[in-house]
Amino acid sequence: MKITQLSLFAENKPGHIIAPCRLLAGAGVDIRALSLADTQRFGILRIIVSEWQKAAKLLEDAGFRVKVTEVVAIEVADRPGGLVQVLAALEGSAINIEYMYAFPFGREEKAVLVFRFDEPDEAIQRLQSAGINLVARAALQKA
Amino acid sequence: MTSPQLSPAKAAGPATVGFQPVSALDYIPKSELENLQLSRMRAVVQRAWDRVALFRSRLEERGMKPGGIQSLADVTRLPYTVKSDLRDTYPFGLFASPMKEVVRLHASSGTTGKPIVVAYTQADLDVWSSVMVRSLAACGLHEGDVLQNAYGYGLFTGGLGAHYGAEQLGATVIPVSGGNTDRQIMVMCDFGVTAICCTPTYFLHIIDRAAALGVELKKLPLRAGVFGAEPWTQAMRQRIEQESGIKAYDIYGLSEIIGPGVAIECACQDGLHIFEDHFYPEIIDPETQRPLPEGEEGELVLTTLSKQAMPLIRYRTRDITALVPGPCACGRTLRRMRRISRRSDDMMIIRGVNVFPSQVESVLLAMEGTLPHYQIILTREHGLDQMEVQVEVTARMFSDTVGALESLQAKLADAMERVLQIRVQVTLVEPRTIQRSEGKAKRVIDRRQS
Repeated sequence: MKITQLSLFAENKPGHIIAPCRLLAGAGVDIRALSLADTQRFGILRIIVSEWQKAAKLLEDAGFRVKVTEVVAIEVADRPGGLVQVLAALEGSAINIEYMYAFPFGREEKAVLVFRFDEPDEAIQRLQSAGINLVARAALQKA
Repeated sequence: MTSPQLSPAKAAGPATVGFQPVSALDYIPKSELENLQLSRMRAVVQRAWDRVALFRSRLEERGMKPGGIQSLADVTRLPYTVKSDLRDTYPFGLFASPMKEVVRLHASSGTTGKPIVVAYTQADLDVWSSVMVRSLAACGLHEGDVLQNAYGYGLFTGGLGAHYGAEQLGATVIPVSGGNTDRQIMVMCDFGVTAICCTPTYFLHIIDRAAALGVELKKLPLRAGVFGAEPWTQAMRQRIEQESGIKAYDIYGLSEIIGPGVAIECACQDGLHIFEDHFYPEIIDPETQRPLPEGEEGELVLTTLSKQAMPLIRYRTRDITALVPGPCACGRTLRRMRRISRRSDDMMIIRGVNVFPSQVESVLLAMEGTLPHYQIILTREHGLDQMEVQVEVTARMFSDTVGALESLQAKLADAMERVLQIRVQVTLVEPRTIQRSEGKAKRVIDRRQS
């Protein structure tokens, strides 16, 4: 039930995000979701792509520092309280969210939340027993 | 010069590992060595007095005459020679041979202005070849080895120095010179190369490039590297040996004295044996200029005992090392010096504190296990010196969470502050953004003057 995310190291300077994006575009790799974490001096570009193995190799060969991480994607209703329902399922546990980001899923009134948990397996178990829909890998990317 | 043909370790002489007849002088009894040193010392001082105006005037200023050398200890009464003496007498002012006897000139790259020029008679070249033969033999090379010489050929002494020594040893020399890394790797793969000479940072560059090309260095016949021309560390040696499967030897030399071949590691890799029959070593305190006892760290001072064209008396090398007390397990009687830890030239003064790049390296190595590419950038803001250390993020360091990377930056900065005693800003930068050197590494960018 996990999705593979690629993270790239980028200096916080003009022009440092376009290079990897251009590389993926040239190879026909589709970026399904993305988030950019920034600090004063560096940033981390996190992306979910259709063909992650191909993208990771492409980026590494071009000299980018790439980290492969498993994240959990959850489908929620795009209405007030949708996120609360998800977070409530984890309330009371020791599970920590390292970071999260959201993107619309191209379906009406649905959004996808991407979570990086410190204990992903336990989180998955709790979410599933609360009846929350996890997005299967196949919906976003090739295995 | 003739050198005996090589035979296996059974040759006559001390029963030591890897002993080769060409290395016989490495095992000279101490008393014989001292007699040889004294007679050569007296001759070279006389020669410099007779033929080099600067040296003569310095002795005269002190009311000294060349005959005053009665024992080796008397060398400490002689004046030092420093690098600026070579610049001030540019180009030929320190030559002690007429140009018709000078068969070769080399020049060292000056970081500022004019280079310094060094000269060799045929006898000087023969000495140079002989110490290079002994150096390569100490690294276990012999007739039949295929040596890829990736030191630069030209005015730099590295290329030709290693070249003639290796030919005389009986090795097959590939004079590939420096640069063009892909071609170096092709040569290494296709020509049956068993040994390589270059700077250690360039070999690390070759390792990285070979990995990117999918070439497994460990599967090649390459078994030894003779690395020099810049200070390097034990951790760099470990990385080289682990990742390429070769044995990495440290060679020391400098153009002013002769070029590569002043000192070499043996199979014990525990200090570099100085070819004392040609180069007389002392260690001094660089501040007070007083000689230091054996074992103490200070600046290496060398006197060329047999140089004709450009004898240098008590030349201050600016290299920081120590003489190693006691004999080496290899049986050589030549004294050893520790690997050069740093050059006194490398010293940066930041807010009044003395800082060496080697200190930054030690922190990076301790925390990361291997040495990532890094660069020190010095600036001045509101009259205060600022030191930034840029470190290329390695796969091991990189994390997808901001917190982990920020805490790594902070941990590195704290560790550096503890060692350097000044506040340092550590900045992680993208891979391959710090300029790679084909030769020597540029570790410090000082923008405080501009």
